[in-house]
Amino acid sequence: MGFEFNNETFRNDFTFKNSERAIRRFPFPFDRDDYMYSVNMEPHVPGRPGSVFEHAFDVDEHYLAEMRDRDLVLKEDPLRCQSLPHMELAGWDLLELIMESKARDYPHWFALHKTGNRWTWINRPMEIEQTFTFLDPSTLPYGPMEYITRQTQGDFTLQDQRDDNLWIEAGMVTTQADWSLDFDIGMGFHEWHAPVPLAHEKGVFDRALKFLLKLQHGAPVRRFNWTHTVDPLLDTSPENYPKWGPTRTEMTMENLGQRMHLRVELQTLWRLPRSNAIAFPIRCYLIKYDELVTVPKWARRMHRVVRDIHPELAAYKGFLRNRDLMTAWLAQYDDGAPTSPGWWPED
Amino acid sequence: MSQTVFEKSIRSRPVYGVLQPRAGTAHLCVADGEGAGAIRDLFAKVGAGAPAMLARTHIIYVPSSANGTDEFASLEALGAAQCHRSPSFWAAEPRLRKVLADAHMGLQVYLAGTETLIGLAQRDVMEAGLPHDAVQTEHRGSLARRVQCVHCKGVTENVRTDPFTCSHCGLNLFVRDHYSRRLAAFQGVCIDAEEPGNVPPPVERFK
Repeated sequence: MGFEFNNETFRNDFTFKNSERAIRRFPFPFDRDDYMYSVNMEPHVPGRPGSVFEHAFDVDEHYLAEMRDRDLVLKEDPLRCQSLPHMELAGWDLLELIMESKARDYPHWFALHKTGNRWTWINRPMEIEQTFTFLDPSTLPYGPMEYITRQTQGDFTLQDQRDDNLWIEAGMVTTQADWSLDFDIGMGFHEWHAPVPLAHEKGVFDRALKFLLKLQHGAPVRRFNWTHTVDPLLDTSPENYPKWGPTRTEMTMENLGQRMHLRVELQTLWRLPRSNAIAFPIRCYLIKYDELVTVPKWARRMHRVVRDIHPELAAYKGFLRNRDLMTAWLAQYDDGAPTSPGWWPED
Repeated sequence: MSQTVFEKSIRSRPVYGVLQPRAGTAHLCVADGEGAGAIRDLFAKVGAGAPAMLARTHIIYVPSSANGTDEFASLEALGAAQCHRSPSFWAAEPRLRKVLADAHMGLQVYLAGTETLIGLAQRDVMEAGLPHDAVQTEHRGSLARRVQCVHCKGVTENVRTDPFTCSHCGLNLFVRDHYSRRLAAFQGVCIDAEEPGNVPPPVERFK
């Protein structure tokens, strides 16, 4: 594939970084010079070769390091992975979706052999070979959702559908932008989105729910979300906020390029065939400001977005305190030239 | 009328109505503190049919854990088939669960009083699998909140001020309107996480 898995950390010494290749394929989320909430969903169809959209579940150079970090988070706090009892079937649906996708898209790394319900899963990067009986949880070391999401980058939630609503009733959440699965599990669509400012009034969630209730199997969709994180910390959980919160006060013009990260979530939504639940993978990509500004178009646009964003959004996303500093730092890389539409680095 | 008027809030925050008598095969009233008034008003609305409804009514009452209000005598005077006083919700909960487990189709549930009582009882009702529309709620009395610390997961009862000190881990927490029906609790988040020690003076927001 032309790359190796990085040996890097997302805590303590924070050795995470993006290779030149990873920077070029970073999912920069702004297709114009300003930002406001919208539903912004599009079909999750295979995209440009080499891009994060090429495959259903992108596997990149951070794979093994992210899986090690997930294991550390779960050891500290097992409540980050929960599944209400009726969600087990949806967990099997998710396991099947991921195993089939990865075996198809990355045959040199993953393989799935089926003899009836007797399946053998091979994950070469993680050195796993597991034979199990599909739909029999006693044949796996974890529940099906936990088993497969310990081997897949990104957070995952599973939504049950009933009473014309979606209910968040299972999840693996260790790379979250400051929300708590343990608190939100069991909530309806509008409830778990309740703290988001401005979007309710714009009808964003009413439209999104209406759209998602009709989501069809085989026709997944995707959207972006984004925020900022000081240091490449995947686990910005509310649970640990007292541990990572103080870093927000440590930003200076000198360290901002290394420590401030744009945090992008590539969110996809999949109707699951047996359970009729919706799987919601939330894949987190991090990029340092120093790395981001190596792409001139992104540097100009990032400056304009941060400078002009609604203060309530900056506050909700947790960077209002540093917004002026970020704007000043980014201004060094904005010569005022026009930017081309769309998010690709060059065109 | 002591019915509570709430400020506009976010969509996870519970909303409460006014209890209305409904046709049912049996009636279960769970109330605390000033919620007794909502139960009295409920039966006053029934008028001449009240004795027949009361003959199929079970009342479970606890004094307010927030301010001690105890109006049990006024409920006893209604003459329901069963009228029980428990010293606390936790003492009443086994009885409540038994009643819900024994319930037949057509049971109507009326919850009245503090958000804490309503939230905890509603959780038991949901776990028992009763249909959503078989439950009515009316807020009366204290607005003190039951708050879960998102950091240590401990629940502090009867929180009146914002911020407050977590009774389990001691962190200074601000109280969000974000509410979990599963936990029957609001969410508390460390207010001085970014600048430890920078804590604004507490304001009595939940009287």
